[in-house]
Amino acid sequence: MDWTRILINVAGEAFAPATAAYALAAIGLNIHFGMTGLLNFGQAGFMLLGAYAYAITAIAGWPFFASVIAAMVAAVLFGILLGIPTLKLRGDYLSIVTIAAAEIVRIISRSTSLTWLTGGNSGLSGGDGYKSSFESLCPFPDGTTTIWLWTYPNCTSSSWWLRLVAWVAVAIGCVLVWRWMRSPWGRVLKGVREDEDAVRALGKNVYGYKMQALVLGGIGGAIAGIFYTLPTSVQADAMGRTMTFNIWTILLLGGAATVFGPVLGSILLWTVFMLVKSVLRDAELSFISSTQSEAFSWMLVGLTLMLLVIFRPQGILGDKKELAIDVR
Amino acid sequence: MSAETPPNPAPRGDGDAPAPPRERIARELADVPRLPGAPKPDPIIVASGVRRTFGGIHAVDVEHLEVQRGAITALIGPNGAGKTTLFNLLTGFDRADVGEWSFEGQPVHGRTAARMAAAGMVRTFQLTKALSRMTVIDNMRLGATAQRGENVLASLLPTLWRGQEADITARAYELLERFKLDTKADDFAGSLSGGQRKLLEMARALMTRPTMVMLDEPMAGVNPALTQSLLGHIQGLRDEGMTVLFVEHDMHMVRHISDWVVVMAEGRIVAEGPPETIMQDQAVVDAYLGAHHDTDLGDDALLVDDVVEQYEAEAEAEEATQ
Repeated sequence: MDWTRILINVAGEAFAPATAAYALAAIGLNIHFGMTGLLNFGQAGFMLLGAYAYAITAIAGWPFFASVIAAMVAAVLFGILLGIPTLKLRGDYLSIVTIAAAEIVRIISRSTSLTWLTGGNSGLSGGDGYKSSFESLCPFPDGTTTIWLWTYPNCTSSSWWLRLVAWVAVAIGCVLVWRWMRSPWGRVLKGVREDEDAVRALGKNVYGYKMQALVLGGIGGAIAGIFYTLPTSVQADAMGRTMTFNIWTILLLGGAATVFGPVLGSILLWTVFMLVKSVLRDAELSFISSTQSEAFSWMLVGLTLMLLVIFRPQGILGDKKELAIDVR
Repeated sequence: MSAETPPNPAPRGDGDAPAPPRERIARELADVPRLPGAPKPDPIIVASGVRRTFGGIHAVDVEHLEVQRGAITALIGPNGAGKTTLFNLLTGFDRADVGEWSFEGQPVHGRTAARMAAAGMVRTFQLTKALSRMTVIDNMRLGATAQRGENVLASLLPTLWRGQEADITARAYELLERFKLDTKADDFAGSLSGGQRKLLEMARALMTRPTMVMLDEPMAGVNPALTQSLLGHIQGLRDEGMTVLFVEHDMHMVRHISDWVVVMAEGRIVAEGPPETIMQDQAVVDAYLGAHHDTDLGDDALLVDDVVEQYEAEAEAEEATQ
């Protein structure tokens, strides 16, 4: 077993674009769940919508920032559409509606009748040209660069340029959440999370605040969708329920209602996942094939989520004192 | 509303005040007829024809109700009389099937709870809603209205709201001190005792600078030691010029602090009057104890046929009227 290669791969996973994308999606979910108590089980839907809005407009020749704004607008519209019927109801309904809505987005976007727009079943790949507007902004020369142990292309696909931009976006997300959590606005959201009737009784428009939270978290998801698909391709089936549950695992692992929880959770989940997968594959065990080892790694993710919720519900960075208080 | 103006400039010391508020209000209400729906000299709430049905049951069916400004009005009645439902309707937490009501002369029926609170009518809940996983001081700060930092964009620029936040915090500490919660300011609200939570909820409601405070069973689950201080605080609200309407089961408390009592039974208002005399009202006695509460069920006289027939006829007549 080549431990050096495994460890380099695992460490490379810690700052991979997908890890940043998951962190960003989890930051969005943190605004929903950690700050406001909204049970959004459709974060992958926001990501998918953002990815498609970005890719379709980029293929149409829009500049990078215009495409990003298109993705954000898509998330805003989707958030408002979801919020209007559900935010006046009790929290559980939102989770049912969001999981269904995300599935609707996925199934519609992969339908054959939309192949001209979304690529249907096979999705959109780099060959369709959605990556060029981003890659043309790359300030680095062409070619590949090796920094310490890792070698990646400078500008194309899973590049250093993409890593830089994605992690800057994560940093911006963290700063925004940090500011919001310490502001009166964040305090209202926290109040809504604890008991929305009490907040309503104090004269706050609870519906409006929940809508703002839903939309803002959704924008986080949409931008995450862009960074998730830029190194690979836009694939509706890669962004389904599994993705939503991974984002939840990340959030709960790192700690909901914390600033760095989503980032730590994402790095930890994907490095450990990579480690387990690589070790199992390299060990060449007679009773487990490489496809089985992938599935086995997913089982471990599920087990982690269960153990986490049972034994450390506040996550790694969460405040145990805060969670120890019995809400009812 | 600017953060600097005091809530309701009312005399606090007794020296310069012409008369203690309670006596003044008692005089104002002296000429009000002791009848359900009686008009008041200076009503803050006027409600007519308010009805709310759950299935086939008229939970609330109020023909007319006026609440005197500046007074402590108690809303009493047996379980299921519709007191809390009426509360929910007036504060916008529930929607009436029909009916109109005004608050400070403005028609407000159908307004949302948030708008009612913003208009100055703030409420507390029967099951106390302390925001458990927030600190006591954050609970208080949340109560303040018109906070610039509660805008999603402005919240990102602390310079816009830091000054206001400091004012709010100072006022919150003042109120906490008055409610003897200042030592708990940095504790989670969830760690307070039941009575302290009631105090916190009331203090938080006052952060909105209300003109009217609606208290839903303020004494439920409060230990006797705290009861006295809670009573004092409620009277303090009136003495500062606020109007108080509260639901309560504890008759001792009702008699002790209220200026006027409204009695509900089966969704309707059955009696009104000052607390000293209300319990002698026949409708109230009937509502609480049933029409035949003083009849000895072991009395052999009940077995005489014509008495039984008389009661049956009464019972039928009663059913027919309902």
